[in-house]
Amino acid sequence: MEFFRIRRDIPFMRHALVFNIISAVTFLAAVFFLATRGLHFSIEFTGGIVMEAQYAKAAEVDKIREKLDALQLGDAQVANFGSTRDVVVRLPAPPGTKKDEQAAIVSKVYAAMCAAEGQPLAGPGASCEAVKQQRVDFVGPQVGRELAVDGAKALAMVIVGIMVYLAIRFEWKFAVAAIVANLHDVVIILGFFAFFQWEFNLTVLAAVLAVLGYSVNESVVIFDRIREAFRRYRKMTTHEVIDHAITSTMSRTVITHGCTQAMVLSMLIFGGPTLHGFAIALTIGILFGIYSSVFVAAAIAMWLGVKREDLIKAATKDVDPDDPNAGAVV
Amino acid sequence: MNRYPAWKYAIIAIALLIGLIYTLPNFFGEAPAVQVSSAKATLKLDAAIAPRIDDVLAKAGLKADFVQFDGNSVKARFGDLDAQRKAKDAIVSALNPDPNDPSYIVALNLLSRSPQWLTRLHALPMFLGLDLRGGVYFLMQVDMKSALTKKAEALTGDIRTLLRDKNLRHAGITRDANNVEIRFRDRETMTAARNLLADQLPDLQWLEGQDGTDFKLGGSLKPEAMKRVQDSAITQNITTLHNRVNELGVAEPVIQQQGPDRVVVQLPGVQDTAKAKDIIGRTATLELRMVDDSAEAIAAATGAGPVPFGTERFNDRNGGPLIVKRQVVLTGDNLTDAQPGFDSQTHEPDVNLTVDAKGARIMQDVSRENIGKRMAILLFEKGKGEVVTAPVIRGELGSRFQITGRMTISEANDTALLLRAGSLAAPMEIIEERTVGPSLGAENILKGFHSVMWGFAAIALFMCLYYLLFGVISTLALGFNLLLLLALLSMLQATLSLPGIAAIALTLGMAIDANVLINERVREELRGGASAQKAIHDGYDRAWATILDSNVTTLIAGLALLVFGSGPVRGFAVVHCLGILTSMFSAVVFSRGLVNLWYGRQKKLKSVSIGQVWKPADASANVPAKTT
Repeated sequence: MEFFRIRRDIPFMRHALVFNIISAVTFLAAVFFLATRGLHFSIEFTGGIVMEAQYAKAAEVDKIREKLDALQLGDAQVANFGSTRDVVVRLPAPPGTKKDEQAAIVSKVYAAMCAAEGQPLAGPGASCEAVKQQRVDFVGPQVGRELAVDGAKALAMVIVGIMVYLAIRFEWKFAVAAIVANLHDVVIILGFFAFFQWEFNLTVLAAVLAVLGYSVNESVVIFDRIREAFRRYRKMTTHEVIDHAITSTMSRTVITHGCTQAMVLSMLIFGGPTLHGFAIALTIGILFGIYSSVFVAAAIAMWLGVKREDLIKAATKDVDPDDPNAGAVV
Repeated sequence: MNRYPAWKYAIIAIALLIGLIYTLPNFFGEAPAVQVSSAKATLKLDAAIAPRIDDVLAKAGLKADFVQFDGNSVKARFGDLDAQRKAKDAIVSALNPDPNDPSYIVALNLLSRSPQWLTRLHALPMFLGLDLRGGVYFLMQVDMKSALTKKAEALTGDIRTLLRDKNLRHAGITRDANNVEIRFRDRETMTAARNLLADQLPDLQWLEGQDGTDFKLGGSLKPEAMKRVQDSAITQNITTLHNRVNELGVAEPVIQQQGPDRVVVQLPGVQDTAKAKDIIGRTATLELRMVDDSAEAIAAATGAGPVPFGTERFNDRNGGPLIVKRQVVLTGDNLTDAQPGFDSQTHEPDVNLTVDAKGARIMQDVSRENIGKRMAILLFEKGKGEVVTAPVIRGELGSRFQITGRMTISEANDTALLLRAGSLAAPMEIIEERTVGPSLGAENILKGFHSVMWGFAAIALFMCLYYLLFGVISTLALGFNLLLLLALLSMLQATLSLPGIAAIALTLGMAIDANVLINERVREELRGGASAQKAIHDGYDRAWATILDSNVTTLIAGLALLVFGSGPVRGFAVVHCLGILTSMFSAVVFSRGLVNLWYGRQKKLKSVSIGQVWKPADASANVPAKTT
């Protein structure tokens, strides 16, 4: 079996401008939604209470919401979680709440949920048959602030680390191109989360950073080919070299991403609600990762004026016998 | 050209063997067990407890798979739940004759069913995170400011005492947060005071100044002293938490420091958050009281007479009775430190105690009047007191004094720990709390497992169809990667959480990239007209640089998550980073090994089973002329 029967190099770079315009538009749209709608941060970042409960039969979310509104606990969110029997309740942390009050709020909510099912609680600490508490999380506001700062630091470290590595291994133009292309992926993922108001939690953050590493990986494979093509085919122009590199890695790009996506899809289907956000972020990241590495990174490298001399110079210095690219094929 | 030397095969075989051994314990599942640990801070378990429990079980007619002592607790594993319950009842009634005052905690637990020989190789199953097994998680913030203030307060008192002892007049001592300011009327006194204080209190640094006609000396804690105070505060809080958590009867509590001022408490299996919070937040108190050595008291201690008026009867650690006066000399609040050490003259182990200025004054008065008498140090927990130690007062005591006499080093350590463990060094606040029900945990495991399994199956199927034999080899390499990753996680005893499982899935999805790169390269070489053997050789060689580059960039992202991530993100990052490392080994070395084993020997290899290699009809048109 061979999926890709490409006779000659596809002239991707002829359309570089079009791709860049598409990227710019999606990027701006993502920034727009991030600015206007903002991310729907989970309580891990904002602080607050999350309670998961399982009902014996299908839960009536509206009825629960009504009951909770009556308690006047602020903006309580009630939603189904995974199945119709699972319900998640989110409560913001009123500033200055003490830990004892947090517990009191949770038991108040639980009592109200039981009462709604016609099984009022016997007393504090009791439980009812109809509703089972599955998970209770309480996060203080200072933890959330730190997480946001740590997330930003992690992002900065990834960007600097990858740029330095690529600048050493290739050339600064490639480093800039790869980072611009992949940050554009990250912004687009965030844009999706802002547009659909999906919950942005810690696992999604992990997914976003993993995507950054993953899609740079994609750009690296193409750059590797560009370098090799510069060495092998002296007569090709930069245009043709990039087209050749993209075309010859096409098959690998699609197969690899297909495999990774198969794994992510399996998480999306079988992983349940906890892994849902993670899998979604990865799916978007993988799709845009292909696009940006192929069409954006290479195009930016081209605009930045990558030349044969940039890479060949490095090759003459490079006399590492283990490096398979060091000795140009004769 | 495609032959591996024997040592490379040996490395692969060893890696495979180690991988199998260390992954194996995860597949045995868990068996019910009973865990016995100490319920009291004053009671320490030793190896003698295991035969005792063996005995109890034999009498009850129960057969445990094994009974073993592991330093802090004794675990006995049973075949079924029924035996476990019966054993628990038997052990409880044998070890805790008084149900209201249990000396031992007997908890139900789950132990790996893996055979003993694996355990002896330290091949243990992975530790499951709370989201996979259910339980309570607390993140507690230690109030370091108040620990420092407490230290500064104690030092202020010391300064007062020191200056008075040396008859150095001052015009007032004030403390503002962690800084102390002493005023003097003249320069000479200030210089004398400064020399004295610098000598006696090495934790403070001094700054001279002048304010109108007054001279002032500003003291602040040295940074290293500050760090020491904070470190000891957190260690003491962790010790105290350990003692309290033990009471909950949790089989495997995790209490560890996170960052400079945080403590994580994980209580697997506990569902009652309220009770857990109550016990964690409780304060144990330490009291110093005089021992009554009168004739009536001695009679009362032996049970021959009534307890005299104004005294109480307490038991010491060995259960011996002691009659102690009701009047409290000092409480644990006055005790600032207790450290094990060695007596400077006899070189016997001792415990060095430090009390604050107020405590020192009281100690001085009390000890002067009671030389030759005994003073008891009592630890109150859950409203019940116990004598930690009751040393004889040998002379007049000050702010620092020692407890000496016929102690072993470990006894001195224990006593110091107990004295310190009484209370928290600094208040703590719960800033994050999570409760996960046990059924949710089991569900999460299943979901994670299904995700990995079906994803793996889909990739394997595709690879085998598309690349034929090379696809089978790639799939084997991927399986080998999974095996190594699980073995590594088990070896490191890393905690596996749901994000960790997600990382396993993602790492596998990404690891196949290396094999796709290789296979595509080999095909390309074949398309270019290379002979079969050369195509394999060149394909692997050329793909290697790309694989290295792409893995390094992914690793950079993983490391950033590891450094800055916390909680679930860190769990994800650990697995992700390890997975990248194992995938490089499995995808390149292992798969090449298999290929070499299969094809390497065939001198005249005509074709390679790597699926269809399609060649364009006008092949020459596209490939530009190669130049030298």
